[in-house]
This record gives sequence, C-alpha cells and structure tokens, in this order.
Amino acid sequence: MLARARLFLLGLFLTAAAPATAQTLERQVTNFPEKLEIGISTDEISITSDFRGADLTIFGAIDGFDANLLAQGKYNIIVTLEGPKDNATVRKKERVFGIWVNTQSMTFELVPEAYSLSSTRDIATIAPPRDIANMGIGVDHMRLVPLGFFGDGSNLGEFRNAFRRIREESGVYQRDPGGVQFISSSLFKASVRLPANVPNGVHIVRAYLFRDGLFVAAKALPLRVVKTGLEQAITRAAHERPVVYGLFAVSLAVITGWGASLLFRKD
Amino acid sequence: MQFPPAPAGFWYIEVSAVTVYLPIAELSVNIFIILGMGAAVGFLSGMFGVGGGFLITPLLIFYNIPPVVAVATGANQVVASSISGAITHFRRGTIDVKLGTVLLGGGLVGATIGVWLFSILRRMGQLDLTISLLYVVLLGSVGGLMLWESIGAMRKAAKNLPTALRRPGQHIWIHGLPLKMRFKKSKIYLSVIPVAALGFFIGMLTSIMGVGGGFIMVPAMIYLLRIPTSVVVGTSLFQIVFVSAYTVIVQASTNYTVDIVLAFVLMIAGVIGAQYGVRVGQRLRGEQLRALLALLVLAVGIRLAVELVIPPEDVYSVVSAGFGY
Repeated sequence: MLARARLFLLGLFLTAAAPATAQTLERQVTNFPEKLEIGISTDEISITSDFRGADLTIFGAIDGFDANLLAQGKYNIIVTLEGPKDNATVRKKERVFGIWVNTQSMTFELVPEAYSLSSTRDIATIAPPRDIANMGIGVDHMRLVPLGFFGDGSNLGEFRNAFRRIREESGVYQRDPGGVQFISSSLFKASVRLPANVPNGVHIVRAYLFRDGLFVAAKALPLRVVKTGLEQAITRAAHERPVVYGLFAVSLAVITGWGASLLFRKD
Repeated sequence: MQFPPAPAGFWYIEVSAVTVYLPIAELSVNIFIILGMGAAVGFLSGMFGVGGGFLITPLLIFYNIPPVVAVATGANQVVASSISGAITHFRRGTIDVKLGTVLLGGGLVGATIGVWLFSILRRMGQLDLTISLLYVVLLGSVGGLMLWESIGAMRKAAKNLPTALRRPGQHIWIHGLPLKMRFKKSKIYLSVIPVAALGFFIGMLTSIMGVGGGFIMVPAMIYLLRIPTSVVVGTSLFQIVFVSAYTVIVQASTNYTVDIVLAFVLMIAGVIGAQYGVRVGQRLRGEQLRALLALLVLAVGIRLAVELVIPPEDVYSVVSAGFGY
C-alpha cells in the first residue's frame, strides 16, 4: 500500500516535470532496431493581418526498418501538434426565471489550446486502446484535470465531453486518420492544418512510431506561432504599456472625430 | 471538386483581401462587415444626434466579437463620434462647463467602479448575461418611453395643438436637496447631489455597456433636473467625451480589451457615415426622428431579449484563461 502510494507520488512528479522536458522528448524502446527521424517544413508560423490559417507539413523517416513488415503495412505513425497550454473553463447554462444563465462551471488545468492529430489510419486500430490512452494520445485521452475540484465528480464526465466537443466543433481540436502518408518505402509525410484562430506560443509536434501494435519510438519538435509586424507590436503594447496604449487609442479617436468634422465642414 | 468558372482573381480577392486580423480579439473578421457596421451606426448616429455606442456594442456581440472586447472598443468609438459634436457646442458656447464638471466628477467615479465590477463579473462568468440584461432593460424602457412621447407629439401635431417638450418648471423633491450650487450658464440653482449621482450612473453604464449614455442623460437632465434644453446636449457631450476616454484608458490598463484595429476601422466608417446621416436627419421632423429612433432602440432591445429567452444552441461554453479572467 505504501509502495503504491510512493509510486503514485513519483508518477505525479514525472507528469509535473513533463512540460519542461517536452521539447526535447525523445523516446526509444531499446529492444527495437527502428529509429524515427522527423523534420518540419517551417519552425515558425507568422500571424499576419490577413492570416487565415496555415498548413504545416511534417516529414519523417524510419531508420533500420524491416522491409517485410513495411510491405505488410505493419508500421504505423501518429503525428500530433499540441498548442500552448492554459486553463480553460467550461460553463453550463440553465433556465432561471425564464432566462438562460451560466449556473455551473468547471475549470480544467493546463489543457492545450489547440490539438491536431494525423495518423496512418484510425488510432484505435494502430495499438491497443489502453496503450494509446496511457500515452495520452488523442483528444479522447487528453488529461482533463479539474482545478480546485472537491465535488463528488458526478458531472465530471459531462463537462469533459462538452469541452472536447466544443473544441472539436470550433476547429482548434482536429483529427485526420489518413493524414500521414508514406511517400516512399520508409519516408512519410503528415499534413496538419492550423486553423485561423490558432493560439500564439510554442506548439509541439510529436511523432510516434508503432510496429505491429507496439510502441517503438517518439520524437518531438517545437513550432513557434508568433504574431508579426503590426499585430505583434499592438499586442505587446496593449499588455506591456497599457496606459500608453489606452492614451493612444483615445488620441486616435479624437483625431479621427475631429479630423472628420474639419474635413466635412460645409464652409 | 470543380469550381464554377470565376473572373480572374475573383477567388483570391474573396478569400484574402477581405479578412483583417484583430490582435486583441484574436480572431479574423471580414473587414467589409466591420466597415458596414461602422458606417450604418455612424449614419444613424448622425441622423439622430446620438453617439451610437448602444448600437455598436450589441452589433459587435451579434458578430461574435467577445463582449469584453466589444464593450471596451465601443467606448473608444463613442469618443470619436462625440468629440466633433462636443467641439461644435464648445465653440457655440452651449456647454455649461461647471455643470459638466460636476457630472464628470460623478462619471469618473462611476466608471472606475464600473470597470471593477466588470472584472468581477467577468471572473464569475456572468458578464455576458449582465451586459445583455442591462441592454434589454435600458433599451426597452428608454425606447418605450420615447415611442410613447413621440407618438403623443405626432398626434398633437396632427391636431394642430402646441407641442410642449418641457413641462412647466414645477419643483420636485430633487430641488429640495442640500449642497446647492449656482450654475450660471444654465441659470439654475441646484444641489450637486443629483447631478453627480446622474454622472455616476452614466459612468457605470459607459464602463459596463460601452455606451456614451446620452440617450439616458439628455432626458434625465431635461425632465428630472430641469436644465434648459439649450445647454443639455453640449453639456452631456462634454461629460461623454471625457468619461468614455477615461473608460478606454482604464479598460486598456485593467482588462487589456481595447482592440485598436477594430476601433479604428469602426470609427473611420462611422465618422463618414455620420456626415450623410446628418443630412438625412435635417430633412425629417423632430417627432418623426424620435419615433424612428425609439423603434430602433426597441428593436435592438428585443433582439437581445429574445436571445436570453430562447434555448441556446449549446448550453455549454468554453473560455480559455485569456478571456475567462
């Protein structure tokens, strides 16, 4: 019992340390000869004033593969793109005296603001669902931990489902079973669509290699999504020099309003 | 899939040239819709002589701009649309600066408390509902009263009866309050308490709803405080310009929700639209104008009320920390 508790604590430490080391995440199950290498078409996406989303291509290769297994389609790849993490609050409306009011809410701790998954086929058929779930791959297996939650947990499931559904409907969480394609024997290509409302910050591209249902190796690369030019200058000013920004917004209004009255004066 | 043949460059223009990214709202919008909204509201505000904040904020919310951004940005638009009117009144000498300063004092305190309430409501997840409810109550009551009054005036005009906008100056309890002060320009001797209280109330509305509040302040000054009509509009514009400017600065520094790109597109379209609105407004009769404005105010109020009552498409909503707090 005590040992179990200790193990549990250790697990907590590992998960807490995970975000810091995520950028250099490289895992290799040593008894397999296969190695995974990946590269991305760009390591920085710029949000400009006419940004409408972008396509990201991830290339990869399997080194030391077994030609027989490859021919039988036993190698499968999952590529995920995980956005920066932030707390997210789910609210539920109920009818109170005839009007719809937010009555219940639940805040999930540090969930990705965007998540895309591409794979060679449906992930449920790549590896046993329990392994996929343990590795936290896919929207359905994302860790959704309520913040400061002391209830009986009876409505946890419904809030988790609502969260996943809304994020998928808004396009920030997406999946494409078939988005990873082999372009030559061991070279593969994955396309991931970044929606127009993609959050700023460091996103992490992860690729997982499976051999006949068993996890072999994983690689990760960072992708930075940044506002550029005017957009960046405005956001920075708004957060770093808010009073100056406010004064500037007011002067812009004064100049526009006054300027128009001078411009359109009839005399 | 085959697209039907389109003129060269057509698709390109349709998908790329019309969107503009709003850095604070953090979403892409169709620039023509924002320009159209600004121009339409500018036209109406020029026509009716109102600031237009009570129209622009709900319209932005209908267009899925987060209410927190819509309110703060709406206040910025109010500055642009009220400043030229305020300057004109100042030149003509139709501003009672002393009265305006008392109103402004109350207004600044009200706006400060309003922004504070705004942050609390936002954290509680009740901000959107509060904004909608306030709009429904205020637009419904003000629109209803205006419609009633203007229909009465039109009836009287039809029967050739004299129209009396201002009832004879009988005294009510407000005129018995202490701390009286002489306002020379308005030629009245009045307690500062109701004046500052009115300013306070309007200041709260400015910071929570993104309105200038002229549509409440003008009738309140005429009917409750009995201030001469000649200085009412100028003095209320004086208060509106300073309180909304102050609100923009406070909102920008506490909630970071003033979107300067959105505000600029709106105000450019707005000031141009207003020029044409003024010309149309000059051709209409006063009571007709007031009846039309009343109908417009009621329509916006009803639209918001319906949204509160009908079952939402989704009872759940998700906000990430950026806008949830």
